[in-house]
Amino acid sequence: MFDFSVVTTWFNDLLTVSAGMPQWLATTIECVIVGALLLLGYTVLAMFYIMYERWVCAWFQCRRGPLRVGPWGSLQIFADVIKMLIKEVVDLWKTDNFLHKLAPYFVLIASVVVFACLPWGKGLQAIDFNIGVFFMTAVSSLGVVGILLAGWSSNSKYTLIGAMRSGAQMISYELSIGIAMLTIVCLAGTMSVTGLVEAQQNGWFIFTGHIPAIIAFIIYIIAATAETNRGPFDLPEAEHELTAGYHTEYSGIHFGFFYLAEYLNLFIVSGIASLLFLGGWMPLHVAGWDGFNAVMDYIPSTVWFLGKAILVSFIIIWFKWSFPRVRIDQMLALEWRYLMPIGLFNLVLMAIIVSMGWHFAG
Amino acid sequence: MEVKIKSMKHEDFKDNEYIDQLVQELNASGTNVVVGKLDQLINWGISNSLWPFCFGTSCCAIEFMCLGAARYDMARFGFEVARNSPRQADYIMCQGTITYRMAPALKRLYEQMAEPKYVIACGACTVSGGPFKNSYCVVKGIDEIIPVDVYLPGCPPRPEAMFYALMQLQRKIKVQKFFGGVNRKESRKKFFEKSSEK
Amino acid sequence: MCPEAQCDASGEFLLISVPDKQWHDLARMLKEELHFDYLTALVGVDWKEELGVMYYLTNTETQEMIHVKVATTDREQPRLHSVSDLWAVANYQEREVFDFYGIEFINHPDMRRFFLRNDWVGYPLRKDYDDDPAKNPLRLEDEENEDNTYRLVEDEQGNVTRIDGKVFGDEEYVVNVGPQHPSTHGVMRYRASIEGELVKKVDVVSGYIHRGIEKMCESLTYPQTLLYTERMDYMSAHINRHCLCLCIEKAMGLEVPHRAELIRMMMDELMRLSSHLLSYGCLTMDQGATTAFFYGFRERELIYDIFDKTCGARMSMSYLTIGGVKTDVHPDFIKDVRHACDVITKNLKEYHKLFTGNIIARNRMVGVGILGKDDAINYAITGPSGRASGHHCDVRKCHPYSLYNEVEFDEVMYETGDSMDRYMVRMKEMEESIKILRQCCDMLEQEGIEGEYIAKVPKLIKLPAGHWYQQVEGSRGAFGVYLESDGDPKPFQKPYRLHFQSPCFNLVGIVDLTCKDNLIADLITITASIDYVIPDIDR
Repeated sequence: MFDFSVVTTWFNDLLTVSAGMPQWLATTIECVIVGALLLLGYTVLAMFYIMYERWVCAWFQCRRGPLRVGPWGSLQIFADVIKMLIKEVVDLWKTDNFLHKLAPYFVLIASVVVFACLPWGKGLQAIDFNIGVFFMTAVSSLGVVGILLAGWSSNSKYTLIGAMRSGAQMISYELSIGIAMLTIVCLAGTMSVTGLVEAQQNGWFIFTGHIPAIIAFIIYIIAATAETNRGPFDLPEAEHELTAGYHTEYSGIHFGFFYLAEYLNLFIVSGIASLLFLGGWMPLHVAGWDGFNAVMDYIPSTVWFLGKAILVSFIIIWFKWSFPRVRIDQMLALEWRYLMPIGLFNLVLMAIIVSMGWHFAG
Repeated sequence: MEVKIKSMKHEDFKDNEYIDQLVQELNASGTNVVVGKLDQLINWGISNSLWPFCFGTSCCAIEFMCLGAARYDMARFGFEVARNSPRQADYIMCQGTITYRMAPALKRLYEQMAEPKYVIACGACTVSGGPFKNSYCVVKGIDEIIPVDVYLPGCPPRPEAMFYALMQLQRKIKVQKFFGGVNRKESRKKFFEKSSEK
Repeated sequence: MCPEAQCDASGEFLLISVPDKQWHDLARMLKEELHFDYLTALVGVDWKEELGVMYYLTNTETQEMIHVKVATTDREQPRLHSVSDLWAVANYQEREVFDFYGIEFINHPDMRRFFLRNDWVGYPLRKDYDDDPAKNPLRLEDEENEDNTYRLVEDEQGNVTRIDGKVFGDEEYVVNVGPQHPSTHGVMRYRASIEGELVKKVDVVSGYIHRGIEKMCESLTYPQTLLYTERMDYMSAHINRHCLCLCIEKAMGLEVPHRAELIRMMMDELMRLSSHLLSYGCLTMDQGATTAFFYGFRERELIYDIFDKTCGARMSMSYLTIGGVKTDVHPDFIKDVRHACDVITKNLKEYHKLFTGNIIARNRMVGVGILGKDDAINYAITGPSGRASGHHCDVRKCHPYSLYNEVEFDEVMYETGDSMDRYMVRMKEMEESIKILRQCCDMLEQEGIEGEYIAKVPKLIKLPAGHWYQQVEGSRGAFGVYLESDGDPKPFQKPYRLHFQSPCFNLVGIVDLTCKDNLIADLITITASIDYVIPDIDR
């Protein structure tokens, strides 16, 4: 399997040894390049995801989906982006303009930072430190601040209700996400992203972790759907109740940021799901089948990671286009009465299994 | 210069003289090559990403839903992202009669939309008042309130006719000039000044 | 009981004329002792020398109908007694009459205009209305909030005093839903007072699509008035038109050929299918299940195709006419109808699988927005929503018209009257409609490919002086037409008064009742399950 750290080490050496730059300058240059690449990847992926959802949803609804603009509608999203960029950003009266303009950046930055932590492939990771997973959950919570700000600063009753719903929802479901993550961390014994992936060398956690891992996976998927404000948990922007929820008053590129972040969050939660349960970029290995494992290793690690993430996203999109929306009280009841107690119990179960050594050898 | 729409021939459209004249007027003073190309790119973007604002007051709205549904599927053109917030929509397809009570709401919705914005008057009622022209509280054509880009007759128009209207709008967008040229804001200001004089 | 009441049994129903002073007592007796508990229609009429109201009452046990005429000669300050305390449906109906005729109702709880702007000058349906556009120009500034209301209260001595009031207090948090909102199904406006997510009170502000159809009809000939019936409830276009045709035919004493009546009935049922499919779609979409919406529309296209082939239009078909139908059906008609029936029967199962059985859908609909049987009758809720509450009100069964006697079908009834029941009634009614359509196909096949599809109708239609009331079962409830003719001998006779008693008008009356103490999301579910069409309310 190709290790991307070869490339990064080579580049670092090129700067420090061959070009003779001091370490701080080299690091700065590297940071800028990585940042630019990440932003590029972020945009491209978000655009891909928007089209992906539109095609998948058309398929569910017996429609064709976008197909006129460019071959198979592939240029549709570029038209949308151009349009969005030149669209007027409406200034509102009687609002806190600074907060109003700031809100989309909060949402965007929260998702970019989490995006940066994802393990893209073997040795291809921007930041890798020992509390990686913990860091992800911490910064992803920043997004809710943006949403609350957006709702509050728009000076509209709809956006306010949308924001309050969103606050209640995201804070509740973060618990379940945390607990589901903790279950896996308990199994792996590390919080480091690389450590987690390496631990799934011989079998993904969803297979090796016994029943608790499967339960954790289900809890995670439900909570992640809620966390990204997607159907059936799309209450904050419930179109038929609150017109467009917290971003009702945003136009042009500011709305575009919300739109991008929404899709990127979908990718991020799928990415984390694949990291925690499906082995991240780790190919499918079956202990003992060396030939099979070798073939699997030929597929680049980045493809593995993206493939898994897109597959998990498909499930989440599937939810959205099949289920009706839940009501706010039902949504909170689901979290506090069912998901969280089950999750806690599951965590204990996992701890017992790990300490007794009942799980499959990883 | 001819305005091209995919899979629709120039001669298949009606009102070609109107578009040709518009093109001629706009190009009379010549165009900078760079700006012209940029304009084309922007117009391509806007015309292919027209997000409708759901504004249905009566029967035409049902036909508009059919336009979105499986058989007609406006998603093919990239028009399917119907927004419920006027801030995020590109054009308002006014489907159904506008009464005196509704008129201020329509005007306000139009004002809430972000530039560039377009209006399609869909159905006989919005074009002229239609069958309700003689009523005591029906607006005789929404062009009394807001500037209209495309008029679409029919009671209600068939979904095919709606596509045609949308393509006409696309053609109109494709000849507009984002940089310089006819200033839409200017002409709109004139419209509202004129209507307020009335 | 009422010595001054005059009875007249010469018309189609017993007519009681009663002076205003005794009207309320008579009304109480009619309701409580004689069990006329269903106020079918309330029609304001301007008889030039007097202004008044026609009340059509139905006994829900025997389905017997009577009507009562109450009038006042005072044109400057006409006042009648309100019956909104006896029949809750009269609340909005009387506001409509106030709006059109300026008749104030004593003891009415909330005397505001219903359709027109608050700053409107004059009462448009009065015969002496001044329609000078300068008086009511197109105003582009928003009207003031209609928070101010008043009541006329009568004390023991019969003195009437005016008490001003407010709809919402200052401390209430009022959210404005509409007039342009994705789930009000058009331009309806609710002002909902909320506490957190709980809805405390809903004030219905209607009239955003009030087009003055009834007034316009008074200046058109009878065949011309048919046009507007299809533009009120566009989802039961054929049915509404059928109703007006039946009413005019009844007044003319015209016999309609059997084949024409059969075709009309089939069109009605196809329309009902199409309408219920739409309401399925809208209900599911309002709850966020967008895919189900698309499935409903997929099947509607089949029905549209049938209309397209025979009538030449997808919507607003203008197919039915006085005396029959305009042309004979398309040769493929029977084949197409059978095909559509088969496809829809098959796909109904899919709908149930996708949506009805879904746990989220059930949680959101079961027990939400319960409307009891008594309330349903009191608010004159008919159609699927009424039957979900156990109100036996299917006009096809109670007062059979057309050929509904000759076909077999069941009236779908439920007990609880929650949103789920209202939804299920529609789903089951689709099956019944398919049953009727299949029988009709057989009957039409027996008649042969061609036949007499229209009766001989005089070129100029003249009706004798009198008034008639006809109701049919629309897709959303009992649709009624009140037609009054003055027997004008001029060649182009015009209706003196044409009133459409639309089912949706009554439906919107229960929004406040059913939404109270439910969540905002339930407001959407309930209004979607009640399933009204706004142009039908506003007319």
